[in-house]
Amino acid sequence: MKTVEEIKAAIEAAVPGAGVTVVPNGSPSGQHSLLLDAEHAFAVAKFLRDDAELALDFLSNVTGVDWLDKEVTEKVKVTKQVAKEIDGVQQMVDETVEETRKHVEPGYLEAVYHLFSMKKKHGPVVIRMRTKNRTDEVELPSLTPVWRAAEFQEREVFDLYGVVFTGHPDLRRILMWDEFKDHPMRKDYVEPDDFEYEPTAHDKVLQRHKDHVAKVGAEKETGNAGARA
Amino acid sequence: MDQNLKIELGKQGVFVTTIQELYNWGRKSSVWPMQFGLACCAIEMIATTMARYDLARFGAEVFRPSPRQADLMIVSGTVTKKMAPQVVRLYNQMAEPRYVIAMGACAISGGPFKQGYNVLKGIDRYIPVDVHIPGCPPRPEALIHAFMTLQKKIDGQSLTGENRPRHLDAEQQGEFPVPEQGKHDLEPPANPDVWHFPIIR
Repeated sequence: MKTVEEIKAAIEAAVPGAGVTVVPNGSPSGQHSLLLDAEHAFAVAKFLRDDAELALDFLSNVTGVDWLDKEVTEKVKVTKQVAKEIDGVQQMVDETVEETRKHVEPGYLEAVYHLFSMKKKHGPVVIRMRTKNRTDEVELPSLTPVWRAAEFQEREVFDLYGVVFTGHPDLRRILMWDEFKDHPMRKDYVEPDDFEYEPTAHDKVLQRHKDHVAKVGAEKETGNAGARA
Repeated sequence: MDQNLKIELGKQGVFVTTIQELYNWGRKSSVWPMQFGLACCAIEMIATTMARYDLARFGAEVFRPSPRQADLMIVSGTVTKKMAPQVVRLYNQMAEPRYVIAMGACAISGGPFKQGYNVLKGIDRYIPVDVHIPGCPPRPEALIHAFMTLQKKIDGQSLTGENRPRHLDAEQQGEFPVPEQGKHDLEPPANPDVWHFPIIR
């Protein structure tokens, strides 16, 4: 099978303007993946399936990944003009100072597709797509028209991560109920407080138990005990 | 009634009993379970009804596919929050007298999924449960044991007085509120008439 670099070159030759980045995997498996840009992803997917040499006709898996906003601290050397007194004369002197700067790298949601070829007996080829952010611009093109196997799995990614797949024939929640508003697999998901005591509670679970007991106690005092048992 | 007198009369071909005994004997000997399974425990439940374990020996061979004809609900498996309203609705549709066996770790407490967001932490949050069986899944013998425990419970009930069965008490609740599927969780998260948060200090 072609290496990821060769596949990248083949994609760029076949789909003009397609932005493909190799995402290296440092682990011993060395399963590098290809990051596609959302605009050309559909055309690229079609090429991967229909190309005679690659013939990636089987989609085995679609996964979502939630990447939170990341605060990056970096040290930068900055040259500044500083007023200094040299030999009794006031002068402006260049001075290099090391400064720490912080900036927030915005998070995003990611969809990962694992492709195999039944015809050529090779794979996997891993492709990724990333949304612009994790709040409002969460659209990605659906690859269901290319691989029908993606239908339910994209619905699952939509349900649990909140990625909206445009062009999906039937984008509804698949595991949680329709009225449900959250996306439970996101890292900032807050679980509902329906906790029950465990005999071996410790650490986080014990803290949750204490919080719940305090809450139930407070509700009992205000005469609102029936609302939450 | 004196047991010796009863035996003596029996020797003479006279059968003496009480209405209560006859009634409870009838109830306990033909408990028909409802035919529905929720997860892997259902496979054990099916095995229990088959020839090797043969639940028919206890008068429970007829699994009814309609809640209207069933007496016993075996909650066999994980109750997800998506499924919980339907389970409560099925229970409401069953005619009295009705019983519930919570089978396995999931049905009694959420089991291995207790820490998750989508599994109900025990069906006893919404409906009254008669017998709990631990196990993951419980063996067919355990289900048979639960069944015999239920039969003993039925046999011990008196038809009048304080602890009479629910269907003979006009004051008792007949229908149990079905939880709504809300934006973040089931609403309410438990029925306060049935279940209370266990406060252990």
